[in-house]
Amino acid sequence: MLPDFSNPADWLPWAFASLMGLSILVYVVLDGFDLGVGILFPLADRAEQDRMIGSIGPFWDANETWLVLAVGLLLVAFPTAHGMILSTLYLPVFVMLVGLILRGVAFEFRAKARAQHKALWNRLFFAGSLVTALAQGFMLGLYIMGLEKTAETYLFALLTSVVLAVGYGFIGATWLIHKTEGSLQGKALGWARRSLWGIVAGVGAVSLATPLVSDRIFGKWFAFPEILWLAPLPVLSAALIAGLWVMLRRMPFAEDRLDWLPFATSSAVFALAYLGLAYSFYPYVVPERLTIYEAAAAPESLMIILVGACFVVPTIIAYSVLAYVIFRGKATELRYD
Amino acid sequence: METLDTLILSRIQFAANISFHILFPTITIALGWVLLFFRLRFAWTGDEKWMASYRFWVKIFALSFAMGVVSGITMSFQFGTNWPGFMETVGNIAGPLLAYEVLTAFFLEAAFVGIMLFGFSRVPGWLHITATALVAFGTTLSTFWIIVLNSWMHTPQGFEMVDGVAHATNWLEIIFNPSMPYRFAHMMLASFLTVGFLVAGVSAFRWLLGDRSREVRSMLKTGVMVGALLIPVQIFMGDLHGLNTKEYQPAKVAAMEGLWETQEGAPLVLFGLPDEEARLNRHAIEVPGLASFILTHDWDGKLTGLNDFVAEDGTPQHPPVAPVFWSFRVMVGTGLAMLALSWAAAFFMWRRRDRHEGRTQGHWLAVEGLPKPLLWALVPMAFSGWVATLAGWYTTEIGRQPWLVQGVMTTDMAVADVPAPMVLGTLLTYLAIYAALLIAYIGVIAYLARKAARGEDGRAIEMDHSGKAHVAAVTPAE
Repeated sequence: MLPDFSNPADWLPWAFASLMGLSILVYVVLDGFDLGVGILFPLADRAEQDRMIGSIGPFWDANETWLVLAVGLLLVAFPTAHGMILSTLYLPVFVMLVGLILRGVAFEFRAKARAQHKALWNRLFFAGSLVTALAQGFMLGLYIMGLEKTAETYLFALLTSVVLAVGYGFIGATWLIHKTEGSLQGKALGWARRSLWGIVAGVGAVSLATPLVSDRIFGKWFAFPEILWLAPLPVLSAALIAGLWVMLRRMPFAEDRLDWLPFATSSAVFALAYLGLAYSFYPYVVPERLTIYEAAAAPESLMIILVGACFVVPTIIAYSVLAYVIFRGKATELRYD
Repeated sequence: METLDTLILSRIQFAANISFHILFPTITIALGWVLLFFRLRFAWTGDEKWMASYRFWVKIFALSFAMGVVSGITMSFQFGTNWPGFMETVGNIAGPLLAYEVLTAFFLEAAFVGIMLFGFSRVPGWLHITATALVAFGTTLSTFWIIVLNSWMHTPQGFEMVDGVAHATNWLEIIFNPSMPYRFAHMMLASFLTVGFLVAGVSAFRWLLGDRSREVRSMLKTGVMVGALLIPVQIFMGDLHGLNTKEYQPAKVAAMEGLWETQEGAPLVLFGLPDEEARLNRHAIEVPGLASFILTHDWDGKLTGLNDFVAEDGTPQHPPVAPVFWSFRVMVGTGLAMLALSWAAAFFMWRRRDRHEGRTQGHWLAVEGLPKPLLWALVPMAFSGWVATLAGWYTTEIGRQPWLVQGVMTTDMAVADVPAPMVLGTLLTYLAIYAALLIAYIGVIAYLARKAARGEDGRAIEMDHSGKAHVAAVTPAE
């Protein structure tokens, strides 16, 4: 798995694949929860909706930036793969962009437009969030199936699109458990309990399907001795999901202690599932067609970005943490003063 | 034919997206600094009118910022979906520049905009000011990287071609390419002018609705003065930019001037209908020698005409003339209207300064001095910056054709092999969404202005000099 660190042409693509992988994971968890809050939107009443918006208002912008970074790194580090993947995914990318546009602006418009238009922007906020999640799940399914244009691929992609939307809804609900209290928190617990089954089905379906897509991936998972150190991955995921099942039934705890635990646990589940996928596809960036080494840009260009990234990414993480610290605690309605 | 259709549709789609996108950064770049100005004035004077101005414009900033973010994300994906050849050829240069934009600027804005918008009562005054400053700095830094890349596409240097792929040889030459300083200054000034006229126009609208609050006076004066002071600077900068273009992209300048034949003492075409078939201007009204004078500072200077720009096989190779010719005139015309209006407004406010009730406090401009027609003229001019900026970008970008990167690759080399009907379908959807959002955006600004004019904007908050509110600003019950 580890590259030869004495040869830039060998370790630079690896470093960029890791950085891109990290950006996608951070994006999926962070924008996952705010898209999820959007998906859960119609289930709440009007006062609760304002509270839900308040819980993601200061963050969604920075969360979405991780998507820009991820696609930017793909573009910069693996230009041929970028063109190949995105022109194959032309329509789902378009649908996702429409979703992102609608929810991003609806977020602002609903707070500023005249009262009689607010309901329309609320609906667009929900629709945009849902469409974005479905489109991303659809792309995930196409990617896992090797971007082939067959009926099975599309069926599988339909399945993953629903699974990802449920997954975002779930992590959104766990975020609300952390950020809200009272009746809305009670509702969020209910949403989380119900969508947990979606997580179980989704992670299960993807885990079963991925090794069956290609013999290479099957061989990677079920060979000896790799299977020994891979075993903790599914075992740990199962344990975390069981833990979620138990805690969601017992919460809220007295004085609302550990209200952050479901969100942290579900983030860990997302991370584990993601690691499993990443292991399956490494070293391919376009499944079964193009490895990160074949797709990589010129080493001198990669080096110039990496030097900057080494300084800037820790800074980005630091001020993102700062924003989360400043807006910690239970969410309330947002005001511009 | 299929690829040609895809090419044209992809170009229209990219043009539509980037035209829609640029509207909002054009506002947020300078509005960030104007908000910092309001915020600092409040911190220094403790006068609540400055905080009221901040609170009003920060809402429009937030809305514009969101519009810019979502349309910017669209752009970043379209490189891959529609123009894969661009990155495959010049990705080693464009990639790092775009990466640095995201890493240094995009995250900075996105992280601190939350604190700037919603953090006023949560963080100490100095941190709120710092967040505002960092957002303004971030938008400017973002502009810088994008302008660097765009300018490099016009005046590329610091690279070598290996097997048809550009490789960087000197990053300083790439970043400080010949047209970058002019383009960056021109764009920054365009943004400040756009915001100056937006602030003046919206404030004039509030004034006409009967709003006589102290903040509306301050905002109107700020807007008019930003416009009046910067428009001459912009005209000067535009001239320098034009001279730079003449040196590096003479075909673009020939198209801007509608100049077909190479000649000495070339006339300035005030009006005309360029006819690319007949290769002349119909119904032209010209000022003899003036184009030569403007571009060479010599009445008899020699300018190269469009007919002398030919490909190796002898066919003309220059940008389409009419769109460049016309968009240039729209830009210059809008700029002259800005000059006339802002100077007239500044003059009338200064002439009637004695009518201001606060003259004894040293006011030297009075909004009461503005005649009603002038106030009414300022209202539609609120969006004049958009018109000029778009027209300017059309001039320079259409003027780059048929090149995508001047002398390195043509636009048709970059386009994706996507079926034309699919591009058409997505294009029409984008256009419908953008039209609806634009109407909603302008509608909301008008609505916010009416609401503020009725005095329903915000609430009275007690604040000390540090800017820390004494009331809990976040009230779930409301």
